[in-house]
Amino acid sequence: MTAARSARKGTLVAVISTLAVATIVAISVGSSPSWPIVQKAFFDGTYFSTSLPEVVGAFAINIQLFVLAEILILPLGLLIALARSITNPAFTPLRIFATIYTDFFRGVPSILVIYVLGFGVPALRLPGVPKEPFFWALVTLVLIYSAYVSEVYRAGIESVHPSQERAARALGLTRVQALRFVVLPQALRRVVPPLLNDFIGLQKDTALVSILGVVEAFKQAQILKSANFNFTPLMTTALIFLVITIPMTRLLDRLAAKDRAAQQGGAR
Amino acid sequence: MARTSTRDVAVLELHNVSKRYGRTLVLDKINLSLREHEVVCLIGASGSGKSTLLRCADLLEPVDAGSISLNGRAVHADDRDADATRRQLGIVFQGFSLFPHLTALENVALAPRVALGLSADAAARRSRALLKQLGLAAKANAYPDSLSGGQQQRVAIARALATEPKVLLLDEITSALDPVLVAEVLEALRTLATNGMTMLIATHEMAFAADVADRICYLESGRIVEEGTPERIFGSPRDARTRGFLKRVRSVGAGNAR
Repeated sequence: MTAARSARKGTLVAVISTLAVATIVAISVGSSPSWPIVQKAFFDGTYFSTSLPEVVGAFAINIQLFVLAEILILPLGLLIALARSITNPAFTPLRIFATIYTDFFRGVPSILVIYVLGFGVPALRLPGVPKEPFFWALVTLVLIYSAYVSEVYRAGIESVHPSQERAARALGLTRVQALRFVVLPQALRRVVPPLLNDFIGLQKDTALVSILGVVEAFKQAQILKSANFNFTPLMTTALIFLVITIPMTRLLDRLAAKDRAAQQGGAR
Repeated sequence: MARTSTRDVAVLELHNVSKRYGRTLVLDKINLSLREHEVVCLIGASGSGKSTLLRCADLLEPVDAGSISLNGRAVHADDRDADATRRQLGIVFQGFSLFPHLTALENVALAPRVALGLSADAAARRSRALLKQLGLAAKANAYPDSLSGGQQQRVAIARALATEPKVLLLDEITSALDPVLVAEVLEALRTLATNGMTMLIATHEMAFAADVADRICYLESGRIVEEGTPERIFGSPRDARTRGFLKRVRSVGAGNAR
């Protein structure tokens, strides 16, 4: 009873203090002489409502990009991680290739890769090579994020204690069976939170491909901004991104908390 | 000591087996053979080579010299069919090494299903029977982290038996357990011995070894210094090193050499 009451009291205090601070901020910002100018340039109601449908429509491109990219990245990242984990000396070239790949794409600015692949390759006019910006946007995001995701997978695989593989091999499982039934199930469970984290990054980075002329939400907002000399459409875009990414970050927090609880309490 | 009666077919035989880690010689020309239904206990201080001997016998580690035969056929860790050989051997580790993402039943059923190719039903049936035999029928659907150490170790024994191995190798399987739990695991092993399971047991439990073993091997510095019946090894050890070890063990307390 007392615990519940003090919890309720705590919530009340939190609400009051938050409201108080928010009011003070609102009043002081709103009463500042330059606020009307800022509001007109960034938070204009009319521009918001006219830009919203257009930006949301363009955001469909962002969604297509990151959904397609995620579908491709999940298996590709795993393959690269496995290529780096093979100890068989015959596969050394594959391992070296996978290492160079991850080093390169993790170490180079995304926008540079997008620029070079998206403008450079179509400019070669090679027969049979697609020229659509969307295609190259997808390719570059997959290349870059597969490198990140493969490292997440690899960390997960390495976090499974070697005694697990040994126990599986001792039972007569082959190396591949031990990986498939013992190591990977444990590794994949552990990498869900960091994978989600990378996907949040990917979702935001879909805006980078606007430099290729793909009219996604950010590009659409830029077009509207230039037409009206008003930044509000960009704020609209920011809002749409937040609507997608904030639930994901919250989910991520919850998963991480659950993980901690499981580790501390052994609860399952 | 010479190999026991060459007439009997050895199930598992180590011939002049040597193993080194870097420059350290961990096994030095080990000769050991197990006949069917025989229980052999390896005793000796930590670092004497008991665990390495078991791992080499299970083909988890390649040997540097000598040979290992199973049912009279030479086998090696680097063999193409080493996995098939391992299915004929069961090993239980000191640290259980259960698969934490699988229930007790799934832990036991994994090898029959995946390595032996049994149907899911047949694997589950076999696993249930084994869990029941080890007094764990009620824990079939429990995950390892909700089981006590003794229960976990019994699941590990059931798991090792699930491929119906010809020999069971046990590597100090009670060392990580508190004394109350040791009893239930040793009891399970006694039942296996009574049922005729061929076992090679590395142990610090001298009273248990004396009780269950047909033969005791005392290891020191990677060598079998002395072997014989429990009565002889514990009653009248011939080698000064064996006498010294047993004296140290006894002074520490009732059969616990740690």
